[in-house]
Amino acid sequence: MARFSRPPTPPLPAALQAPPPRPGDGDGRIKPADQAKEAGISVVDWLDERTSLSGVARWAMFRKVPKGTNWFYTLGSATMFAFLSQAVTGVFLAMFYRPDPSGGAYESIRHVTNEVFLGQFVRGMHKWGSSVMVILVFLHMGRTFFFGAYKYPRELNWVIGVVLLILTMTMSFTGYLLPFDQRAYWATIVGVNINGTGPLLGPYLSDFLRGGPEFGATTLSRFYAIHMLLLPGALAALIGAHLYLVAKLGTTAPPWLKAEESPELRKAEA
Amino acid sequence: MSDKHGQHKSRYTADRLIPGAFDGETVTRRRFMTGTTNAAGAIAASAFVLPALGFAIGPIFKEAPHTWESAGPTDMFSDNNYVPVVVTLTPGIGEAGKTTVYVRQRNATIDTDKADRDSLYIAISSRCAHLGCPVRWVDAAERFICPCHGGVYDLLGRRVGGPPVRPLDRFYTRVVGGMVQIGPRYSVNSELERFSPRDPGEPIDGIGQYLYPSRPSARKL
Repeated sequence: MARFSRPPTPPLPAALQAPPPRPGDGDGRIKPADQAKEAGISVVDWLDERTSLSGVARWAMFRKVPKGTNWFYTLGSATMFAFLSQAVTGVFLAMFYRPDPSGGAYESIRHVTNEVFLGQFVRGMHKWGSSVMVILVFLHMGRTFFFGAYKYPRELNWVIGVVLLILTMTMSFTGYLLPFDQRAYWATIVGVNINGTGPLLGPYLSDFLRGGPEFGATTLSRFYAIHMLLLPGALAALIGAHLYLVAKLGTTAPPWLKAEESPELRKAEA
Repeated sequence: MSDKHGQHKSRYTADRLIPGAFDGETVTRRRFMTGTTNAAGAIAASAFVLPALGFAIGPIFKEAPHTWESAGPTDMFSDNNYVPVVVTLTPGIGEAGKTTVYVRQRNATIDTDKADRDSLYIAISSRCAHLGCPVRWVDAAERFICPCHGGVYDLLGRRVGGPPVRPLDRFYTRVVGGMVQIGPRYSVNSELERFSPRDPGEPIDGIGQYLYPSRPSARKL
């Protein structure tokens, strides 16, 4: 609805005329204020026209959830946020860390903890966050188990979750060495030797982990590379697959909810 | 042309009579191109995967160099008690590459294992045979005791208590110019027979020596 009328002008050829205003569009001119108002929408439109991502986003986010969905169902997202927190704090710790076994590693951690602004906080987030993540993984796993959410058709997601659990434990194991203090060193010695007690392949696996028959110059850099390059990539990829399956298969109702009887069925039985 | 092979087509003639195939052609250009593309992809992928894998598992097959390190003059060591000596197992990584070795002279009255020129001095590794924590020699008890899980060994390094699965490892020794030198490590079974060095936690009595085979990276002399 036009709020004021324009002064009369000579008629323009049809090709030069502005397109007729859409209903409710004011006087039909696009003002900077309108453009600013719609900037977000037009950016999303621009992207969506080229990627069709909005359908994917709607498919992933606006899902139907069963009745009885409760706070236990947030443990998976909590685990994912713990992982994201580890990833972000890890990136910033890596800016200071030196995987140098002859004293540099310990010194760089000491530097981060004692001298870098907020270093103690970010390192603390990473150190304690790792335990939080492991605890959340187990709680999430327990929820899945006790709610029977691992059953058909979600078995593959259970398997992926178990692989994620193993990768998380490997993350903890490789990360434990990096501060390179006494506790880190001896815990890794013991951990690698436990690994070596596997028959037949164990001894070779230990050599692979250490990069030789004894704890050596490459052991720390190996653990560092596994910890910050190999495993995070694998974890992120598998979390993606895990989430895809959650969105595709949906979540389960808690086991204490009974399926609603359909009135037709009841009528048919009577 | 009718297909004399009937309905049971061999996979080698699967392309017969598809559009664009020549008469009697068994491998079409389309199939040839598909195969070539797949092969090129496989070659390109293995060009970086195989070297990377070899690079990563290479250390398993590389023998660590033998080093002989001086422990001290011969008169430093008696035949009835151990002297702790710190030697460097892995050079270049500072304290992390060092370990304590307990050394004494061979004593014919207690050492019943094979006597040869490599064992004029007994050098016992402080690496616990359970999981590798550092054991210490407790003189009063005449025992090696591990702080982690309570492994206990006697004067000869044989297990007398706790979880270890075999005696403490030993090192070859030799005397050069009046100095005792510590050489490469070897493991012993409960009879103190020599074996290629095994990691802690790996028994070598009976079937253990086959379940936990020696590794190319560390052999006995």
